[in-house]
Formats: sequence, C-alpha cells, structure tokens
Amino acid sequence: MTTLTEAPPAAPEPTATKARSRRKLTPYWLLLPGILWLLVFFALPMVYQASTSVQTGSLEAGYKVTWHFATYWNAIAEYWPQFLTSILYAGLATLFCLLLGYPLAYLIAFRAGRWRGLVLILVIAPFFTSFLIRTLAWKTILADGGPVVGVLNSLHILDVTSWLGMTEGDRVLATPLAVVCGLTYNFLPFMVLPLYTSLERIDPRLHEAAGDLYAKPATTFRRVTFPLSMPGVVSGTLLTFIPASGDYVNAQLLGSTSEKMIGNVIQSQFLTVLDYPTAAALSFILMAAILLMVTFYIRKSGTEDLV
Amino acid sequence: MALLVWIRRHLVVLAGLLALGFLILPNLVVLVFSFNKPKGRFNYAWQEFSTHAWQDPCGVADLCGSLALSLQIALWATVGATALGTMIAFALVRYRFRARGAINSLIFLPMAMPEVVMAASLLTLFLNMGAQLGFWTILIAHIMFCLSFVVTAVKARVMSMDPRLEEAARDLYAGPVQTFVRVTLPIAAPGIAAGGLLAFALSFDDFIITNFNAGSTVTFPMFVWGSAQRGTPVQINVIGTAMFAVAVICVLAGMLIGNRRKKQAA
Repeated sequence: MTTLTEAPPAAPEPTATKARSRRKLTPYWLLLPGILWLLVFFALPMVYQASTSVQTGSLEAGYKVTWHFATYWNAIAEYWPQFLTSILYAGLATLFCLLLGYPLAYLIAFRAGRWRGLVLILVIAPFFTSFLIRTLAWKTILADGGPVVGVLNSLHILDVTSWLGMTEGDRVLATPLAVVCGLTYNFLPFMVLPLYTSLERIDPRLHEAAGDLYAKPATTFRRVTFPLSMPGVVSGTLLTFIPASGDYVNAQLLGSTSEKMIGNVIQSQFLTVLDYPTAAALSFILMAAILLMVTFYIRKSGTEDLV
Repeated sequence: MALLVWIRRHLVVLAGLLALGFLILPNLVVLVFSFNKPKGRFNYAWQEFSTHAWQDPCGVADLCGSLALSLQIALWATVGATALGTMIAFALVRYRFRARGAINSLIFLPMAMPEVVMAASLLTLFLNMGAQLGFWTILIAHIMFCLSFVVTAVKARVMSMDPRLEEAARDLYAGPVQTFVRVTLPIAAPGIAAGGLLAFALSFDDFIITNFNAGSTVTFPMFVWGSAQRGTPVQINVIGTAMFAVAVICVLAGMLIGNRRKKQAA
C-alpha cells in the first residue's frame, strides 16, 4: 500500500525500429502470466459468484440463472444480525488494536533504542506458529476459573462487561468478549507494523521543535506526532478491520453459537448446507459493504494517495 | 509520589510492553502445554509434566502427513507467486503502458478483500468448472492471494533502485541480459527474498481459503481446525513450538550473517 508514482521515463530506446517495437511489448509479456492468473482466479470468480447469487435450482437438478434477486432480500432479512455482529466485533477489535498497537509502535519507533530490532522480531515472531494453534491457546488463557478470569473478576471488570452484554456471569470463554479478544490478538501485528513504519519516518527534531515552542508532551502528540502518523493509522485500521469482518475462525473457536459472525454463515452455507445462491449472495453483500465502507473511510480521512 | 512520576514518564513504554506481552503470551502457552499430559481428548487444562509428545511428534495419525503437504504447497506457491509477482513488479516500475490504473487495482483488490469472499467466489468457479478439489485447487488459490503481496514487496525495492547503476553497466558494454543478471537482479534480490518469505508464510498458515477449496485434502491448518472439534493432541503444540524455534533461529542467524558482512564491508 505504498504510494504509486509514475514510472521514470524508459531508458533511451534503441534506434532500430524492430528492437523498439519489441521493447514496447516487453511490459505486456512481463505482465501477462501474473495478470492472467489474477483475472482467471480472482476476477472471474467474482463474476461467477454474482451469477450464482441470482440462480435458483437444487443440487440434484442443477442451477439456472433466473435473476432471482429475492435471494438477496431473504439473505438480508435472515442474517442481518450476523452482519451487525461482524461489523461490531471487527470495529471493536480494530479499536482495541489501535489502543494497544499505538503505544507498542511508538515504543519501537522512539523509545526502544538498541532493543528496536529485538522488539520488532518479537512482534513478528508469533506468526511463526500457526495462528490456529495460537488462537486455541486463548482457550487455555481465558479458561473458566483461570487466573485471567480471576483477576478480571476481582477488579470488577467482568461486572462492567456483563452489564454491556459482552460477557456472561463469571465466564469469558464463549462470550463476545472472547471473540473480540481473539480478533484483537490475531490482527494486532497488522496494526503495529504500518503504524511503526509511519512513526519511524517522523523526524525526531520535530518533537524537539514542538518542545522548544512550549508544547507539553500531550500537545506535541496531539498536534505533531498523531497527525503525521495518520497514513499508518489508516492502513493499520484497514488491515485490521477488513480481515476481521470476514473472519469466522475466532467466533468458531472462542465463541458460542450466539456469537456467529457473517463469515460463519457463509462458511456453513457453502460447505455444510450447500445452499450456493444464498451463500454467494451473502458473500457478495459482505464484499460490497466492505468496499463501500473502505472507500468512504479513505475519502473521509483524506488519504486517497495511500492506495 | 516518585513512583507516580516515574509511571507517568514511562507510561508509553509500559503500555507498549503490555501489548507485547499480549502478543507473546499465547506462544508461551503453546510452549508450556507441549509438555502437558492431558487427561481427556483436549489439551486445554494443565495436568502433569511429560515429554511424551516431544519423543513422538508424529504419533498422531495424519499429523505429519498434513505438515508435509502444507510445506509442499507453500514451497510451490512461493515459487509461483514470486516468479509471477516479480515480473509484474518490474513491468509496473520500469515501463509505461496502457491500463496501468486497472492493473494496479487488480493487484490491490485481493489484499483489500476479506478472505472468505475470495474463498467463496473461487469455490463457485471450481464448482462451475467441475474441478476436482484438492492439491491443485489449493495451489492455484495460494498463488492467487500471495501474488499481490509479492508485487508490493518487490515493487518497493525496485522503485528505490538507482537507475544510473544499470546505465553504468550498459556504458561498460554489458548486454541487456548481462546487466539484468549481474546488476539488476542482485540489487532487487532482498525485495524478491522478502516477497518470497512473505508468500511462504502466508501460504503455509492459510486456513480460510484452503478450508473452502481443499475438498477432502488436509493441510496442517486444516488438521488443527479439525482437531479443535475432535480433540487436540499435544503433538500440535510440539510442532507449533518447533516451527517457532526453527524460524527464530533462522532469523537470528540471518541477522548475525548480515552484521558480519556489514563489518567486513566497513
């Protein structure tokens, strides 16, 4: 997601016209295999999915395109709670990632000194173990009657979260809080790394200058550091929110049946129920919703040049 | 009072370390529980210390087979995505041509799409074509979603390259092929390596897209997913920890070699 600049002018062209026309074709030959791959296995499937979503029929008799748009209305009418749940959980996870990830990125960029390399490795290191195994580890960490639940309980945090409807009684596992916790954990590195990249680019002398102009540390942060880190905030929140909104792993492993997200519905419609038109319609709605939200968000935050 | 002042001054550091602890904690749990001897089928509660899983890491049916399959797919996906992605990156940075914007969007979109959408739509394609789900459909899917990441990594490196180096090579009578092999490729190598490593990691750990397009083929993440329903063998933790250790050792070795080279160059 780096800024795209126009290519530098091509090197002086050989004089022979034959060589020149061959050179003109070079980029197309370079692009051909990869772009073809993306067209056939990324773009074309989207078309197939759109077509499947307006088909009717059955597995045995086969499906036909009948422009049956009612599938969309039925899908929304039946599964709008799961859509809302997905957006809510993904939004909360993104917020927690920002709150946790910003200090960590700040620490690496400005305070870590000679430990910077080590801390960066520690941020990336969890990736080396399969994320499913690490997500399962949260079952142990959040287990009923375990130390984490005990501490949260004695600090009366669980009272607050259960009042908010995020937990139930003395449990954390199999509640919305556990799912949000898992999502936050899984996508935190995707928040920290872009934040770190944009913070690291800030000239530390700007902080000194702000201090020289009698800005308190909090003011320096609010007026100098944070605005300059906006590109990192935007790409970090996108890299967290988009995958989190379509995730079904955390809801399945850490939640109960009442925390189903839209990803769970799409997965079971496709792989268990085998109702392909509904599944395709749901997936299409999710895609459209995400693209709309992302476009709006990028416009709003004034960082169009990011993508 | 002094403590309060100290805490206030180091609040950012403390919050950052807390976040770091949050990130590392599950890995520690995975490590500790690889020495567990669980009572039931699930390895979620601590019972007693045992090294039985470490002595017999392949002791569970299909576990090591799925691991080998995942490694194989990740390897081929890396080769495919790195080759195709590097070519695209060079074309994008070095040449001007029509439909640039469209091509950039086509490369950006897979990274901005929830995995489940790509997974579901690819499955509809395979179902419509009547393709046999398995090794090949997984590989096709993995190359597809790794491609964009490779392009991004390589493009960043190629963009920061000094074009005068290649001009100098040409001035010294190096042919186009020689210039590419002796000058361009070595400079772009770190970007290509970074893209390749990213592709390997993404492919090896991918679950959602594989879940949709694997049919009855079981990769390592699919095995872990299935075991979360049937019962989690301790061996999963052993493999998780071992992978972690191997990767950390590789990274540290790479850093040491890099430092030594820097010193030699200085």
